[in-house]
Amino acid sequence: MADIVIRNLRKEFGDFTAVQSSSFEIRDGEFFMLLGPSGCGKTTTLRMIAGLERPTSGEIWIDGEEVSDKPAAERDIAFVFQMFALYPHMNVRKNISYPLVSQGMPRAQVRARVAEVAKILGIEDILDRPVGGLSGGDRQRVALGRAIVREPRAFMMDEPLGALDAEFRERMAEELRALHDRMKATTVYVTHDQLEAMQMGDRIVVMNHGVIEQCGPPQEIYDKPATRFVASFIGSPAMNFLPVRGAVEAGAETVAVGDGTFAVPRQNEGSRGPVSFGVRPEHVGFSDDSPCRGEVLALEYLGTTQIVTLRTPDGEIKARCAASVRLRVGETLGLTFNPATITLFDDASGRALRSTLNQGGARDG
Amino acid sequence: MSAFSITEPTRRQKWIAGILVALYALITVMPLVWIVMTGFKTGPDSIAYPPKVVFSPSLEGYVNLFTTQTRLTPEQIETLPPPETWYDRLVREREKTIVGPSRFGQRFLNSVVIGFGSTFLSVFLGTLAAYAFSRFKVPLKDDLLFFILSTRMMPPIAAAIPIFLMFRTLGLSDTRLGMILLYTAVNLSLAVWLLKGFIDEIPREYEEAALIDGYTRFQAFYKVVLPQAATGIASTAIFCLIFAWNEYAFAVLLTSGNAQTAPPFIPTIIGVGGLDWPAVAAGATLFLLPVMIFTIVLRKHLLRGITFGAVRK
Ligand SMILES: Nc1ncnc2c1ncn2[C@@H]1O[C@H](COP(=O)(O)OP(=O)(O)OP(=O)(O)O)[C@@H](O)[C@H]1O
Ligand SMILES: [Mg+2]
Repeated sequence: MADIVIRNLRKEFGDFTAVQSSSFEIRDGEFFMLLGPSGCGKTTTLRMIAGLERPTSGEIWIDGEEVSDKPAAERDIAFVFQMFALYPHMNVRKNISYPLVSQGMPRAQVRARVAEVAKILGIEDILDRPVGGLSGGDRQRVALGRAIVREPRAFMMDEPLGALDAEFRERMAEELRALHDRMKATTVYVTHDQLEAMQMGDRIVVMNHGVIEQCGPPQEIYDKPATRFVASFIGSPAMNFLPVRGAVEAGAETVAVGDGTFAVPRQNEGSRGPVSFGVRPEHVGFSDDSPCRGEVLALEYLGTTQIVTLRTPDGEIKARCAASVRLRVGETLGLTFNPATITLFDDASGRALRSTLNQGGARDG
Repeated sequence: MSAFSITEPTRRQKWIAGILVALYALITVMPLVWIVMTGFKTGPDSIAYPPKVVFSPSLEGYVNLFTTQTRLTPEQIETLPPPETWYDRLVREREKTIVGPSRFGQRFLNSVVIGFGSTFLSVFLGTLAAYAFSRFKVPLKDDLLFFILSTRMMPPIAAAIPIFLMFRTLGLSDTRLGMILLYTAVNLSLAVWLLKGFIDEIPREYEEAALIDGYTRFQAFYKVVLPQAATGIASTAIFCLIFAWNEYAFAVLLTSGNAQTAPPFIPTIIGVGGLDWPAVAAGATLFLLPVMIFTIVLRKHLLRGITFGAVRK
């Protein structure tokens, strides 16, 4: 197994820059997520690591060895494609054994290995079927089988669950994570689904427009977003943003929002330009004596919790509270914000202002 | 099938469709059947009026096609030893005798060598070129592709005179190699364009999967891309063969004694004393066979889907 270090990796297609000077580290045995919206350069990054795309500049180190000039075949990495790319003219067994045959492994050994992998994945009964008739989940397993049979140094997976329907995704996600926990293989997993990333990943890199916005464990990314993009991309419903009145000084512990003043984590950094006040829906509370008032526009019942949409003079706010709280559409409530969880964002750069909350958590990538 | 039709056709609709198809097939196949039949008629039967549908079959046409004969007087025939083989006897009954094989066999062989040779070369070069155009960054790719296509914008025969002179200078006139090269040159642009279309349709991920699995680019090409391009290769090969097999004008112009193909030869089959229709029909029937067999052999590739749905697009 391997650790992977990416340094200043950059990829241009003509005038278009798909990936801009990315740097991050993937630790040995980690389940690492590349998360971002469509077209942000996730696949391109993954393909560069695997050796399917030549970087315009930058370095890729696998196990302390610079590999950016090595062909894919020599990097000892397995790749699970978004659309699986099972060889259609071969049956399941042949598909899985194909990587071993290329290494010139003796036949008996290939058979044994394929049987072993099939057992792990629970696909022993379909080994002799053609791949054409398989269900999405079985194709997914065969694609995984082809990847793990070789015992490569690392796995690259490009939205491996993207082609499955919702119900099946959940199950495959669990299977995948369980498989990883058993094999402890370094895995780089691309997805645009933030829930999937949060649920499965040890650490996440969030990309946008070819730029790395933040890198860290799921909780850190959720609680201490480094940029406004990350804050709104992660979490559903997204973080609420309210305009802060006036400038924010370094050392401030309160800021003015609407008609009130609210406590925030001690700011280590000030900003002269406009600043936004970011609060997650679950950290919005109700209190009649709060100066910030909102009128309930809609209630969305989610079983254990509910999402309350409120209109305030500074824009709409969504709050998440227990489903048992009785609320009516049209009533006006006072809003409170859990001070320890607030992040302030500089509107011009989109960057989170450094505070005691996120100091050290911001932009390590 | 029913997945694609909104409503299953009724029994009656199926019957009507079936009858229409059968009728159409009958009309189009008629001339072919007539030629095959004529090949098995005797000379007088072949020109009988009204035409004979029921006749006693004879191999006269085929014998005439493959042999050269001379007419003898009954007295001369008396002097000959009795006929040894069935075809000797057949010819003797018509007051002729076989003096040797005709040139049809050799012409036919020329057709086979030149037709299949140029088809193989066109498809081989075409596949490599199409793969390169489809997968790699080729400088001036669009211009090159247009240039390749533009070689077909003029009817090939319009360049007959320069080609004739060029062949004479290069010593390619009336050689099999010359004809193979010529037909390949004509077919290649079609092959490149057709095959590029087919290869473009094959997702790159297959090769990339093979590259990652430890295969070289070339191994990935022939182990993964070629099997999936089989449909395209088969149909391209059939197109190329049909052109090379049927080509007449260049064959007349550039070949004579040595490398002549069957198309210019068949019309020259004139029996002693008039056009020998059964022999011409026999030649035409035999001439049809290779392309038919080739098409039937490749049919399963033509009908097979490219990817069996193993890829989600
Ligand atoms: N071969 C290429 N030539 C030109 N542009 C490309 C090429 N490959 C990718 N791009 C562009 O680079 C950008 C990033 O592509 P990439 O496939 O990495 O995105 P992604 O994050 O994987 O998106 P998705 O979630 O849609 O798969 C896209 O805008 C895409 O159009
Ligand atoms: Mg992608």
